[in-house]
Amino acid sequence: MAQWLSLSEAIFSIVHDGDCVALEGFTHLIPFAAGHEVIRQGRRNLSLIRMTPDLIYDQMIGAGCASKLTFSWGGNPGIGSLHRFRDAVEHGWPAPLQLEERSHSDLANAYVAGAANLPFTVLRGYAGSDLPRVSSHIRTITCPFTGEELAATPAVRPDVSIIHAQKADRKGNVLLWGILGVQKEAVLAAKRSIVTVEECVESLDAPPNACVLPNWVVDAVCLVPKGAMPSYAHGYYERDNAFYRRWDAISRDRGVFQAWLKEHVLGTNDFSEFLRVLGESSKLAASA
Amino acid sequence: MSDLRYTSDEMMTVSAARMLRNKQICFVGIGLPSTAANLARLTHAPEVVLIYESGPIGAKPPVLPLSIGDGNLAETADTVVSTPEIFRYWLQGGRVDVGFLGAAQLDRFANINTTVVGDYLKPKVRLPGAGGAPEICALAKEVLIVMKQTERTFVEKVDFITSAGFLSGGDARQRAGIPGRGPTAVITDLCILRPEPGSNELTVHSVHPGISHEMIRKETGWAIRFSDRCEETAEPTLQELEVLRDLQMRSAVAHGGAESAA
Repeated sequence: MAQWLSLSEAIFSIVHDGDCVALEGFTHLIPFAAGHEVIRQGRRNLSLIRMTPDLIYDQMIGAGCASKLTFSWGGNPGIGSLHRFRDAVEHGWPAPLQLEERSHSDLANAYVAGAANLPFTVLRGYAGSDLPRVSSHIRTITCPFTGEELAATPAVRPDVSIIHAQKADRKGNVLLWGILGVQKEAVLAAKRSIVTVEECVESLDAPPNACVLPNWVVDAVCLVPKGAMPSYAHGYYERDNAFYRRWDAISRDRGVFQAWLKEHVLGTNDFSEFLRVLGESSKLAASA
Repeated sequence: MSDLRYTSDEMMTVSAARMLRNKQICFVGIGLPSTAANLARLTHAPEVVLIYESGPIGAKPPVLPLSIGDGNLAETADTVVSTPEIFRYWLQGGRVDVGFLGAAQLDRFANINTTVVGDYLKPKVRLPGAGGAPEICALAKEVLIVMKQTERTFVEKVDFITSAGFLSGGDARQRAGIPGRGPTAVITDLCILRPEPGSNELTVHSVHPGISHEMIRKETGWAIRFSDRCEETAEPTLQELEVLRDLQMRSAVAHGGAESAA
């Protein structure tokens, strides 16, 4: 049953060293605040899962939190590379990163299988691709009815899933809308879950088919306004595309990245302080 | 001969846009394909249906999205579905006419590499990976590829087949049981290539104005051949250029000033 906790309490009690952790949000509602808190609390040896690692996993990988990454597309959308991810894969810095690489179609459906308590998912996938050649987890299965060969891959079952949503009520029922990605599936596939939200409301007033996660499938709800910045929250604030562009230069160099991380994440107490420091450095960058 | 001035990037985007027909259902990749698909929507194909893998179906973004899941895609879509659903019901369900993709590396049989340059376990360059492309290439009824042509991106054989074109050529794709027709055109900043009937090797079908055969040979990593009926690509019209430039200018402003995603 969902408890309202501060984000630092939630990460402290729910995310442990060595856990398999998924922070989901497909470009929209990326749980940056939660990822930063994982970095601040110095979690290590995490097996991270995320369809699009994005800047948040670039930061967590560069900060040394991860030993494994399961993903399907690892770039800075519309800009280019994730340099901390690449440095870990190409040079083992700050630590070697084991990869489990899938396609979007596969990984999205692997979350569905996890949520549905199935051991694997089936798809018309990877036809002619070299990916099955380098991944022991992409195999084939023969349809018992038609004899057709299909791709089969293991379900995703994180220890912890973390998402960001627009609203929760006082009882901890969660409502999200807009681009939903695999957030609902990620929460239902996980053993434990944390949801950060933009606001706490008396009543969700959700229409009957809305994406609502009842409080009995969530462990912790945390009030973190703007907790998805610099990604966006539909109806609240827009994506900070200028920061996504700036990240390319910040992340390209180990020293520049470490200085950025120290000033913005390790040297701040919480996300509201991060936003203040980010606001100052963004203003400086804009006037430069 | 007109006195229009345009860049080779504009020629590429305009030629790519022209490939899309009105009312087609198009699964769009981010970057160049998204620019071309939206140019088509704003010119000759107002009823084209644009699907993005983040879930929007029938998106009509007022400015080009920087990422595959920008808010303007959801706000302007006919409906927004979850990521599992977009792949399972809409792509795998056989409802997509055209997959519109880019590529980091392409080979003579139109196989796409977006995974690694060099060896998989010890890569020289780690690229972003598969995204939606392997299934889009396999399951869309046909595939259009738009990318810049250089000897580094157009190679004899890709280091890694992320998404299948015609594999080793000939009928290899059909023998592998891949349902869609595969790539039907590759549009670059120099020319338009199509798979040759039978061999399925990419050959040049149309050369952009001002580009010589020699320039194309120089930027291709295999002994490129020209179709017997090779023609010159029609120049961009004034209307195409105006719509494209207006779209890119509005997008650059919306994305924080720097140059747009082309």
